Amino acid sequence: MKYLAQQAINALQLGSIYALIALGYSMVYGVLTMINFAHGDVFMLGSFFCLLLIAIVPVPFWLALIVVMGATAILGTLIERFAYRPLRNAPRVSAIITALGCGLVIQNTTLGISPYARPMPHLLDNVTYQFAGITVTTLQIIIIGVSVGLMMVLDFLIRKTSFGMAMRAVASDRATVSLLGVPANEIIAVTFAIGAALGGAAGLLYGMAYPVVSAAMGITVGWKAFVAAVIGGIGNMRGAVLGAFILGTVEVMTVAVLPSTYRDLISYSLLLLILVFKPHGLLGKPTIHKA
Amino acid sequence: MIGMTPWTKNRYLPPVLLVVGLIVTAILPSTGLVNDYLQFVIVSIAINAILCVSLNLVNGWMGEFSVGHAGFMALGAYASAILTVKLFPSAPAALIFPAAVLIGGTVAGLAGIPVGILSFKTRGDYLAIITLAFLMIVKSGLENIPYTGGPRGMLGIPHLTTVAWAYFWCVVAFWAIRNLVYSKYGRGIAAIREDEIAAEAMGVNTRAAKLVAFVTSSFFAGVAGALFAHQLQFINPSSFDILKSTEILVMVYLGGVASLGGSLLGAGVVTILTQCLQPLGTWRMVVLPALLVLLMLFRPAGIMGYRDWNWLKPRLSLKLRSKNEDKAERGKEIVS
Repeated sequence: MKYLAQQAINALQLGSIYALIALGYSMVYGVLTMINFAHGDVFMLGSFFCLLLIAIVPVPFWLALIVVMGATAILGTLIERFAYRPLRNAPRVSAIITALGCGLVIQNTTLGISPYARPMPHLLDNVTYQFAGITVTTLQIIIIGVSVGLMMVLDFLIRKTSFGMAMRAVASDRATVSLLGVPANEIIAVTFAIGAALGGAAGLLYGMAYPVVSAAMGITVGWKAFVAAVIGGIGNMRGAVLGAFILGTVEVMTVAVLPSTYRDLISYSLLLLILVFKPHGLLGKPTIHKA
Repeated sequence: MIGMTPWTKNRYLPPVLLVVGLIVTAILPSTGLVNDYLQFVIVSIAINAILCVSLNLVNGWMGEFSVGHAGFMALGAYASAILTVKLFPSAPAALIFPAAVLIGGTVAGLAGIPVGILSFKTRGDYLAIITLAFLMIVKSGLENIPYTGGPRGMLGIPHLTTVAWAYFWCVVAFWAIRNLVYSKYGRGIAAIREDEIAAEAMGVNTRAAKLVAFVTSSFFAGVAGALFAHQLQFINPSSFDILKSTEILVMVYLGGVASLGGSLLGAGVVTILTQCLQPLGTWRMVVLPALLVLLMLFRPAGIMGYRDWNWLKPRLSLKLRSKNEDKAERGKEIVS
């Protein structure tokens, strides 16, 4: 029982990081119906930005979080402006290929600059608490707390503000919304910025929780979050969070039972299974593609 | 002079050239005119051309987006290597190698069936996700099989891919895919690219066409994988990752989508480019994806997109041709 509770906390920790990244995938898909394959690498750069920041000036955790989120937001906007916007009216396949290419450019540039995995320095004093025999660290509390906080802010932003309304409108019909005077391009750019900022935050949190940072993280971790977004129903925010916690639980349980090399196999098989039986994810709505 | 055709259109030219090519490639290594490195590059171009033309069938002619080509290649490579290294290590090369390549292709082709079936209902982004999941499952599956060395891979594969064999399989792949895309099925595949619903309404059996496209494409990916394994003599799961798929994608979209000549061109240019960029080390892997992005921004169909060299197209049947020429002749009479 204690063991299960301990694993549940681990799953919650992994799931909340996945959720932050998955939200970025899902938001962009919701607005542009495009898979932003580069998002995983933006997440990876979030970790590296944090590393760089601490190497230059030792800053407290909260400041680092804000700076990293700002930096990745700018990066996300730049990618959107220079790689995706020129292809807005091109075939969808061109956009996917460009996204894949952008991701690999970012990943391999990072690999060229920093070929080896680097340790992440400690940002916080990690205190261990005992609750009824279950160990909880400050780090876990902060990771789960920050993630849930950011998700609540995002939910409020999308559901209650005029920006959120504009975003939902762009998602449902971009052409009409532009005619009605909503600046669609600006809304899309801000959506990318928010998604990338969440990815950057996830990068920082991941770096703190599993203190080794490498260029391959964009694929090994970032794409897992993408799997989570698809499982939940890509384009659906609550689905992304649900999918992330499901995937986090499945991965933690897999590692508890099988050797850790089976983790990828199980996660991607789960993805394939979900796509076969529920092609639009758990909470996604089926869409009719027009030619 | 109706019957006069330029010598390049002579119907016996292609088979003659192919046979001459086979003889030349068979005796080339023993003449000492080309060194080992040049042979390596030539074989690489041939293997990449097979990969490129087979991916082009799905991504170009059918207009879908598959990123799982490296996964099919991995299956072919491993299946053939198991045959030559584990099962029949002492069999004569001339006997075992064609069988190994064929079995590699067949294993990959069989793996193409489920992916093809999944493509019946999903397309576009979701099909890309399925092929991505397939690639990841193959890669991490191979990492967990101790029989083939797990993540360390397989060593000591005999060097059996000669220039002649690579040339032979390259010709077979181009010949098969050319005949497929210019056949009734091929027209159906192209119709799926233009508009799947309309194609179905016009009587194209889209399911059969998709299945044929996926199985053919993965079969030749497996063949290329088998040749690749017996060229490098060493394979491990991480040689077949997403970067390998990207490399093939660059070839397809650089050379030209839905084009045989484009596939040849793309494979040649990218292979030679990667050889020239060898001194750059890790940075080499930045150049290819960046090239892909620039291509998409400025020339999305590639150099020879939707076009082909005439000598690669099959000739019209004699009956059709004489009809067309009659028409042309009559047209001239009217003008004069």
